[in-house]
Amino acid sequence: MNKENTPLLEMRNIKKDFFGNQVLSDINLTLGEGEVIGLVGENGAGKSTLMRILFGADMIRETGGYGGDVILNGEVQNFNSPFDAIEAGIGMVHQEFSLIPGFSTTENILLNREPKKKNLISEIFGDRMNTLNRGEMEKKAAEAIELMGVNIDPKMVISDMPVGHKQFTEIARELSKEQLKLLILDEPTAVLTEKEAESLLAAIRGMAERGIAIIFITHRLQEILSVCDRVVVMRDGYIVNETPAKESSVEQITKWMVGRDVKNAAASSKIRNYDNAPTILSIEKLWVDMPGETVRNVSLEVKEGEILGIGGLAGQGKLGIPNGIMGLYQAGGKVTFEGREIPLNSPRSCLDASFAFVSEDRRGVGLLLDESLEWNIAFPAMQIQNKFLKNYLGGLIKWRDEKAIKEVTDQYIEELAIKCTSSKQKAKELSGGNQQKVCLAKAFALSPRLLFVSEPTRGIDVGAKALVLEALKKFNRENGVTIVIVSSELEELRQSCDRIAIVSGGKIAGVLPASSSVEDLGMLMLSQVV
Amino acid sequence: MSKNTGTKTMQKGKVGAFLRRGSVPLMFIVICAFCIPMAGLSPSYLINEIVTRMGRNAFLILSLLIPIMAGMGLNFGMTLGAMAGEIGLILVSDWQIVGIPGMVLAMIISVPISILLGLFCGKILNMAKGREMITSYIISYFINGVYQLVVLYLMGSIIPIKHTSIKLPRGYGIRNTVSLLDMRQKLDNLIPLTIGGVKIPVMTFIIIGLLCLVIIWFRRTKLGQDMRAVGQDMDVARDAGINVERTRILSIIISTVLAGIGMVIYLQNMGNIATYSSHSQIGMFCIAALLVGGASVDKASIGNVFLGVILFHLMFIVAPRAGAAITGDSMIGEYFRVFVSYAVITVALVMYETNKRKAKSMESEQLKQAQLEEESK
Repeated sequence: MNKENTPLLEMRNIKKDFFGNQVLSDINLTLGEGEVIGLVGENGAGKSTLMRILFGADMIRETGGYGGDVILNGEVQNFNSPFDAIEAGIGMVHQEFSLIPGFSTTENILLNREPKKKNLISEIFGDRMNTLNRGEMEKKAAEAIELMGVNIDPKMVISDMPVGHKQFTEIARELSKEQLKLLILDEPTAVLTEKEAESLLAAIRGMAERGIAIIFITHRLQEILSVCDRVVVMRDGYIVNETPAKESSVEQITKWMVGRDVKNAAASSKIRNYDNAPTILSIEKLWVDMPGETVRNVSLEVKEGEILGIGGLAGQGKLGIPNGIMGLYQAGGKVTFEGREIPLNSPRSCLDASFAFVSEDRRGVGLLLDESLEWNIAFPAMQIQNKFLKNYLGGLIKWRDEKAIKEVTDQYIEELAIKCTSSKQKAKELSGGNQQKVCLAKAFALSPRLLFVSEPTRGIDVGAKALVLEALKKFNRENGVTIVIVSSELEELRQSCDRIAIVSGGKIAGVLPASSSVEDLGMLMLSQVV
Repeated sequence: MSKNTGTKTMQKGKVGAFLRRGSVPLMFIVICAFCIPMAGLSPSYLINEIVTRMGRNAFLILSLLIPIMAGMGLNFGMTLGAMAGEIGLILVSDWQIVGIPGMVLAMIISVPISILLGLFCGKILNMAKGREMITSYIISYFINGVYQLVVLYLMGSIIPIKHTSIKLPRGYGIRNTVSLLDMRQKLDNLIPLTIGGVKIPVMTFIIIGLLCLVIIWFRRTKLGQDMRAVGQDMDVARDAGINVERTRILSIIISTVLAGIGMVIYLQNMGNIATYSSHSQIGMFCIAALLVGGASVDKASIGNVFLGVILFHLMFIVAPRAGAAITGDSMIGEYFRVFVSYAVITVALVMYETNKRKAKSMESEQLKQAQLEEESK
């Protein structure tokens, strides 16, 4: 498609690390005028970071900048802010809407770029006293909508719109910028219905014909194949493959996306079969209103003694399941534990039924950051089960049993190899991996019958990862505790679980034994993506 | 089928929303309807009073609209402007400049003071985003202390005050009451007009009308548009390149400047300044009046201002009489109106929070409905 010699965009040897943690290595990417490339990869593959570099996000500079060159129209660019990137002709439509709810389509499209009329007062007090030129605004907005090729009502107020129209409004806003040459679409179809997604794809083709280059990020591979010229697959901070879309297939791309080295891919050798075991927890028709992780109509059975993995892409609802059951977000449906129904939206009744939950939000929900390790580990057990308490006057006065608390803390520090100066150290002073271990110890101290663990290895290093997973396995094997692990990392689930349920589009797309191939699981992950 | 029920629930929601928004004015209409016959006041007296009080108060209440538009809630910081207006009037009456020129000069003096106080208030409110109302309320107490320092100690000792009629006998500080006899209702009576025994303060109404036009015009300016954007979503506005902090400060400054001018109009009608208390409750009463008119923390219109002035003051006038008629004690009415002001503000704040929560639980409800529909298919 590219007619000239210099491509529109060239990213050369892009490198980026967050405090020593390499997230992008040697990324080379070129893009010609009017070319559409599809960028795919699992969560954490580095797509967002790469786009943030391209868009001059503050966050990149605050974490020490990046290596390599971004070359636009043959010139090396050094964006100090997204505004510089916009100036240079790059537009980005983010996953989250950036719209003013009470404004009309037109007002949002031209937000802070409204055409104005001068008047006497603005001559004295400056430009901001210019009145808006409504007629001109409507004309410009109409042009941008026309350019997109999708019909939306320019007068409709955002808060009354279906999500699809909001998405189109955002795209029209980028198109209304005259300097626009390159448009980044970050999962634009995630919120769209099928029909809306189709018209968006048509719009993408239309824009490309007008010479605008597009980087299209999505998890819906079918869309990539139907609209892109080239597919770029990222994994673990590398571009693992780049191929013309016509010569590829969904199966092949999935394989590139999730397929790690075949040697590593062997699943846990000791997969146990629990088909005949009694059901310990049954979930029926569960819905959870967790922002960004909505769960719709999930039914699932957990067998006694097993480790069940719940996997899926970010935003598909896997995190909503444990958070909803434990009462942290508004939920509905029926949850039965050992034949007894557990009331929803009531954290206390879950804890009384001897559930424990290790939250993905370590610092917010999981830990008392300003308290000692002893307190962190013993507090829930003390609060819920009256453990570590000495009773006086027939239970009228309860005294903390400091000795017992110290003993149990020291025991977990040793068992889990928590790196700390003493059991009195404050939780906030520990590294992420060690904080995660404290969270586990806290849950273990409750001696639960059922343990939910959400994203246990998020943001911790490889060594700590292995230890955390090993500790979970050991706890399951030795104490017979049923564990549900929710994680974005398929590999981790395959290595530690017996069965894996995959969530896609807020629903259970399927439950497979952990020995299933990565490709099968990957296909399920993408099956019902909304 | 499902679409049909959807629109129905939406309509139901709209009626409900209207009732919720209109519940406070409705309640006041009921109270007034109940009290008016009890009070036994003649209609012409009532209308006269309402018209006078509207001229007196409307400008001040209008000054509250712009911060609401910028998402800063009900701005108790207007009290700061009121103090600036009082300082202007005290100085002018010491310089013996009377009538309309005196008023204009007082307004001119108040403007720079209002701008400085507004700037200060705006900067602090930018540090306390989301808690503007309580912060501005406390700032008004703090600045009241500074005002007292200036008026009670600095005036006469550092700031020259010549006339003994306004100076305390000890030689410095201002008396409890400063008479504005030479300025009293000069603006109101500039164009004399009486219709059916009702005296109309024509000039004051013209100024109020002009301010309404300015506010309508202002909404259509770039700055007005920016304020609306900032008021609805600060992060989105910032991403679009709008200077959020500056916009918010400007909205507070405009509000305090208008409040300063409004206070001069208010006091010329009263005819005297209660030096240490005129401003202290003005913010509260203006905010209560605006809320009685059906405004909320995030939405207020010019219509709310006028409806609010009429209803709030109608109650002010009839409640003491009605109270006296029922209990034989006129204090009950005075007690009642202070009580009602606080109650109205409390109700408005609680309603604002519950509406937000309701919107949230509605999302859950929708999710549940969608699932049920899917199952029935």
